[in-house]
Amino acid sequence: MSLISVKNLKKDYESDGVVTSVLHDLSFEIKTGEFVAIMGPSGSGKSTLMHILSFLDRPTGGVYEFEGKNITGFNDKYLAQLRNERVGFVFQSFNLLPRTTVLDNVKLPLLYSNKKNHDGLARKALDSVGLSHRLEYYTNQISGGEKQRVAIARALVCDPAVIFADEPTGNLDSKSGNTVMYILQQLNNQGRTVILVTHETDTANHAKRIIRIKDGNLLSDEPVKTRTIATPDQELIK
Amino acid sequence: MNFLATIKLVIKNLLARKGRSLLTILGIVIGVAGVIIIIALGAGAQSLILGEVTKLGSNLLYIEPTKNKDTGAPLPGVIITTLTTADEAALRSASQVPHALAVNAGVQGSAVISWGNKSVDTTFSGTDYTYPQVVNFTMQTGQFFDQREDQGAANVVVLGSKVATELFGDSGLNPIGQVIKVKSSIAPKAGGVPLRVIGVIASRGSSFFQDQDDMIFLPLAIGQEQILGIHYLQGIYIKVDDAANVDQTINDVTSVLKQQHRIQKDTDIDFAVRNQADAVKILSTITNALSLFLIAMAAISLVVGGIGILNIMMVTVGERTREIGLRKAVGATSAVIRNQFLLEASFLTGLGGLAGIVIGVIISFLVSLLMKNLGYDWAFVISWVSIVLSVGVSVLTGILFGLLPAFKAAKLNPIEALRYE
Repeated sequence: MSLISVKNLKKDYESDGVVTSVLHDLSFEIKTGEFVAIMGPSGSGKSTLMHILSFLDRPTGGVYEFEGKNITGFNDKYLAQLRNERVGFVFQSFNLLPRTTVLDNVKLPLLYSNKKNHDGLARKALDSVGLSHRLEYYTNQISGGEKQRVAIARALVCDPAVIFADEPTGNLDSKSGNTVMYILQQLNNQGRTVILVTHETDTANHAKRIIRIKDGNLLSDEPVKTRTIATPDQELIK
Repeated sequence: MNFLATIKLVIKNLLARKGRSLLTILGIVIGVAGVIIIIALGAGAQSLILGEVTKLGSNLLYIEPTKNKDTGAPLPGVIITTLTTADEAALRSASQVPHALAVNAGVQGSAVISWGNKSVDTTFSGTDYTYPQVVNFTMQTGQFFDQREDQGAANVVVLGSKVATELFGDSGLNPIGQVIKVKSSIAPKAGGVPLRVIGVIASRGSSFFQDQDDMIFLPLAIGQEQILGIHYLQGIYIKVDDAANVDQTINDVTSVLKQQHRIQKDTDIDFAVRNQADAVKILSTITNALSLFLIAMAAISLVVGGIGILNIMMVTVGERTREIGLRKAVGATSAVIRNQFLLEASFLTGLGGLAGIVIGVIISFLVSLLMKNLGYDWAFVISWVSIVLSVGVSVLTGILFGLLPAFKAAKLNPIEALRYE
């Protein structure tokens, strides 16, 4: 069974009576444990696709099945629960809460879940991205690379089926970016499904499979021939 | 997300913006404190008035002439001449009004009095020898005029302590035996009616908002005939022997005066018999109306405070758009977001209400201390109504004015909210 299965997926926007079609007839499947990069130039519809796959948006046509269930009929409350329990987000601009500690930022999704032991879960997630020494720091006191690692910890804290990373290295220098890609590859090696959205081939090559989109159409869907393996940062190993 | 966690989150958020939270609730603080202070001052003033009224004794009746039963006290400038000394004499008859301890008739007016080259503006009271039986006071020196002097219309006068000091304080002379002149309305050009001072009343403060020390007292006939040039009375006091007989005496007085005035129908009654309870009722009505008016003013500041909260909450929702988007992305439902912002607004106003109560109570207490120091009989009263009212209104304002921003926040589309710069 596939984790994600889309058939003839469509997304149209209507504004002032003018219909703009963003996605036409996309069909593909993603299995548990995959590391997929969705690639395309800006305006190609890759972000819209990610929003639909991560339950932030709804398709206007076609079928989207997640873990075997067609999500089209679910209400907003259930989609919020899916976002909380089944997916984790890593954004280009981190989206951490200001005036809040690293630990509290990671706890944020737990606030909306039924899980117990928020503190323990958040510490464990931060430990897995090598930030145990920054727990009580405020988010304005840490570097960009560290911010993105906090965001990854936040994405992990509810133990999701899939992590969506939207241009996770876009705001980072190459060294920090490399660390972030290393962590994502490690998570994938441990069996976590990762879906990466990017317009950079270098970044996309860290994945195992690349789905290319242009003007809302599927351009290609193929495995990565020569995969880039990110090297671990010295700081992370110790 | 459970309620407790939401409250924790709300407190954290408000603490993270201490300065702004404080400024936001200022309007509510002022409004609530205002309501509490006004209600407390109203209650204090009422207790003061009640004290003034009961100072006169609860067994005192006051008869005043009216056009008919329903018109109440005469308007300024409207002169009613129906109450006379003959009425007073009839009321003195023990067989007709058995429970009257004393009957005291009087007229009053402003007076210009002079002694030597000194001249003082004051108030005169033309009264009769029963005055000391109706009102409690002590003489500083000399005595009040007796029945013989009263009925013989002797040219004598008793001074209030302040008047005595103003006239004779500088000279150091004993006022007793000195002759003062009171200007007459009948012959304003003449030198005035000469009156010999026979007593000075010890200071006793004000009663019914008239400074009793800034008055002079002279025989009724002198006041009527030589100063005012009238033959009627402005009012009659009756002291009843026991509070239990007040109602009986009102009936007796009414039947005596109806007979005197030859009145058949009750609608033609041209006098009013008032007791202290009536006076208290009238004064309470006035102070209550005043309090209501002031509370309405304070309530306006509550509404203004509420609009302040609305404004800040709207700004806050705008500023925290990305945060709201993120919360939705990680699993917050619209309802949770809505509740969070509603709780924030309610918390702010609730806090403002609490601060307002504390400040209001403190200021009311300080005012009562001040008034007591000034010698007034001022009670410190905080009513539960004022607290429930002001806090209820402030929390309601918070919820009401929190609704709009809360729904605005809840409706945000997470994708657009996350992109918001």
